[in-house]
This record gives sequence, C-alpha cells and structure tokens, in this order.
Amino acid sequence: MNPVIQAIGLQKSYGGHRVVDGLDLSIRKGECFGLLGPNGAGKTTTLRMLLGLIAPDAGRAMLLDLPVPQAAREARIRVGVVPQMDNLDPDFTVAENLLVYGRYFGMKDSEVEARIPSLLEFASLTSKRDAKVPTLSGGMKRRLTLARALVNDPDVIFLDEPTTGLDPQARHLIWQRLRALTQQGKTLLLTTHFMDEAERLCHRLAVMDNGKLISQGSPRELIEQNIEPQVVEVFGETSGQWASEHAAHYAQRFEVSGESVFCYVRDAQPLVAHLQAQTALRYLHRPANLEDVFLKLTGREMRE
Amino acid sequence: MSIFAFPQLSLRFLPIWRRHWLVWKKIAAPSILGHLADPVIYMLGLGYGLGSLLPEMGGMSYMAFLAAGTVCYSTMNSASFEALYSGFARMHEQRTWEAILNTPVGLDDVVLSEILWAATKSLMSGTAVLVVIWVLGLSHSLMSLWMIPLALLIGLAFASIGLIMTALAPAYDFFMYYFTLIITPMMLLCGVFFPVTQLPESMQVVASLLPLTHAIDLARPLMNGDIPPQTLLHIGVLLAYTLVAFYVSLVLFRRRLSR
Repeated sequence: MNPVIQAIGLQKSYGGHRVVDGLDLSIRKGECFGLLGPNGAGKTTTLRMLLGLIAPDAGRAMLLDLPVPQAAREARIRVGVVPQMDNLDPDFTVAENLLVYGRYFGMKDSEVEARIPSLLEFASLTSKRDAKVPTLSGGMKRRLTLARALVNDPDVIFLDEPTTGLDPQARHLIWQRLRALTQQGKTLLLTTHFMDEAERLCHRLAVMDNGKLISQGSPRELIEQNIEPQVVEVFGETSGQWASEHAAHYAQRFEVSGESVFCYVRDAQPLVAHLQAQTALRYLHRPANLEDVFLKLTGREMRE
Repeated sequence: MSIFAFPQLSLRFLPIWRRHWLVWKKIAAPSILGHLADPVIYMLGLGYGLGSLLPEMGGMSYMAFLAAGTVCYSTMNSASFEALYSGFARMHEQRTWEAILNTPVGLDDVVLSEILWAATKSLMSGTAVLVVIWVLGLSHSLMSLWMIPLALLIGLAFASIGLIMTALAPAYDFFMYYFTLIITPMMLLCGVFFPVTQLPESMQVVASLLPLTHAIDLARPLMNGDIPPQTLLHIGVLLAYTLVAFYVSLVLFRRRLSR
C-alpha cells in the first residue's frame, strides 16, 4: 500500500537560509506520526509543503496519492488541519464556526448541520453550542479547532503543536481524542516539542534539526538506538566537582547542565551504590526517555 | 504555480462571501448607521451652510450638486475601509485567511471574495445614502437608480486598489499613508465639493487620471436625469482600475503568503 503522506528530497530556503534541507518522509495509513525538533527546525515549513500551501524549491511531496502542491485542492478535500495558533472566527458561535467551515469544503448546510452534534460531542462542547468563541477557555478553543478540522470527515489530520499553551487537564483530554482518532483509522501527522506527548501518542517519530531528519523510528527504537537505557541525574552544589572526579568512572556518557549532572549508563547499580554514600548529593535514577534522546540529538543550548 | 499566473477564479469565493455576510448581519444596525452618519452630516452641513451662500453650482442647487459627490465618496470610503482595515484583520490579526486556505479554497478565491465583499459594502452604503437623497427630494429622476450598479462598480475599483495596500501593509499604521495621500486628495480634487473645472489645468489633468473623477462624472448627470457624456470611457476607466489592481494585489498576496 502506498504511503498516505510522502516527501522525497524536500527542500525550501528563505532568504538564502535553508529551512528544510533534503527531507524524506513516508507515513503509512492509520499511523500517528510525530515530527519533533527545536524551534526553527523546519517543522511548520515541512507541514506547509506537505499540505501544498507552499511549493518546495526541490524534491516532491505526495498527499493521499496526489502530487502537491499541483493537486493540493483535491487532496485537501480529505484533510483536516489543526493550526499552531487558533484562527477560529471570533464573531461566531461554536456551531457557526463549524457550519461556515464546512461550506469551504463544498458541503451543504444540511450536511454540516447533521454532523455538528457528533462533532460537538467528540469535542465535549455540546453545552457550548451557542457560546461565542471569545467566551471559551483555551482548552475549549483547541477542542473546537480539532472539531472544525474533522468537519469534512478527513482521512488525514495535520496538527501543528496541538497542545501548546494548554493546562494538563486540557492536554490529557486532547490526547484522549487524538488516540480515539487513530483508533478510527485516521492518519495523524503532528508536530510537538513535548516529549511525553510524542511518547504517548505517536507510533513513529522523526527528529528534525536545521531542516534535516536526524533520527527516525518508534519511541522505543529511538531510545534504544540513540542512548544508554538508564539515566542517573545528580544534583547538589558539589555536583560539578563530583562529575569531574567520578562521573567518567561510572557512566558511559555524562553531561553537566548547571548544578545537575546527567549520567547515561547501561547498568546503574555501581553508580547508585556510590551515590548512596555521598551525603552532599541528591540523585534520581530513571529509565532513559525521549527527552534524553532529543537533547542528545539536538543539543542542550538554547535556540532563540 | 508562478505568482504571476493568471487568476484562477471559481465559485468557491461564495462560502467566504457568505461568511462575511453572516458576520455583518450580527452588527447590521451600527454598520448601517455608520454608512449613513458621516456622509449625511457632510451633505447636510455643507449643503445648508455653503448652499446658502452659493445660488447654484453646475446648473443645480449646491445640495443637489453635493448629493452626487456624496454617494460616490461614501462608496469609495466604505470599500476602502473594508479592504484595508477589515481585510487586514482577516488576513493578519484573526488569521481567518489561514483557516480558509487549509481547506480546498485557494488564495485567488479568498482575494476575489474580499473584493466582492468590500464592493457589497459599497453597494449597501451607496444605496443607503441614495435613499436619504430621495427622501430629501434632492433627486427626482428614475435615472438615479443607475447609481446602484455604479456604487457596485466604484466599490470594485476601490476594493481592488485598497487590497494592494493590504497586501503590502506591515501593520495598521501603514494605512494612514493611503488615506492621507490617496483617499483625502481624491475627495478634494475629484469634484465632490466643486467642479473639477475650477482647478488649475495641471491639476485637472491629475484629477482626470483618478478613478473618483470618473465615478462622479457618471453620477452627477445620472442624479440629474441625464445620460452622462462619455459613459463608456468612464466605465472603462473604473473597470481598468478594478482589473489591474485586482491582478496586482493578487500577485502581492501570493508573494506575501508564500512564506
């Protein structure tokens, strides 16, 4: 079966700066695929090219077996988009937002109206049907944006940082809904810089930096391929001194960040036993996670 | 697709026009009042004030002279405000365009809908002022009904020209240049308040190039019940402004939104 979304050697430059640099991507039907990367890595530009909103300088993209941007209009009939920043119509009620948006897909008013109750239920907004958008909370606006992206019953849904700026309750509700969508067989492509989000939701992930894909695989594969399985974080005023004297002896790899030392190890037992004797230091022993992979691949320094 | 490609027009603009209409319906009462207050106060204030000093102008009472100009400049204003301020809000502030462009609707449809909607606002404001003029008995001719399609044409021309500014604007402040340097001079030079023939000849040449002059050259005879001289020329100039400005604004929007 053909991939639902495919990028071959995609390239895009703005003002001499290469934002996306030879990107290959292949996303299968029913998959939840996460695109990770620091700010400015080229995630949003990649999404915009895959949607056919902008043309690549080189390479090509296929969306639902159609070449984009050439056949973007036909492809987008079966695509839903949750943008990074809310762009709901502030003058309209919740239901009017859905009705007006459905018309852009060529749907009849009666068709959209028939879908509105189930969309509102999915977004837990049934009681807000006639509320105006400015009266909604941030989480409700996001859910409405998600419901709006489903108005045309799309096969593929693009989500650009779907939970940025939400509180934990609101995020969990969005995650639950996104999982329900993958269970319905929809294909999801999302960008995020929340590693827990990527780890929970995505079947496969790709890490982007400086416009290039630097690693790809399931969350577990990414951890196994890129990093030692155990992490011991060491804190305390003397942690720096401790690191220079002992860390290399116990850890395969370690990084100092402020007053914390991150030790990456295959077997944590000797290190933990040693640390138990160091009263001036505190430590946390945990399995390696995606955030460790992300920081290893993209570095710890700030990007902006 | 090149940014210079021929406009791809379709009926897909219609759902966007209906969106604008639904927004407008919610604020219809203040909006109609806004369409009326400014032009009617100008017309009555200047009409009574100056009119009492001037026995006649261009072969009619000053108030009747002013009436034709008022319809034209208020249609110009409503299309301009809609295309600049409201258009910029939809493109930039509210990101309404971004939401629409994620659907099968294209940018060409969005720009066309903006022009047609701004022209719709012109049609509404022109008609509203016209009704006041009829009620005041300033025009008795059925020919003045032609002012309704003329208001639409004026709206199309100024919406298209205004969208060029919207496509170039970094922020709302930018629009001050357009109103100060383009719209206000047009109001003063194109025959709204006095005949263009009162101007020095060099300024008459400038005025003859401006779209509002041609609108008023059509409007004044129509209000008076006459067939305007050189009708086709004036319509042609307004259409040319519409088509060229539409194309230029489209190219600029394509460039702006391709980033």
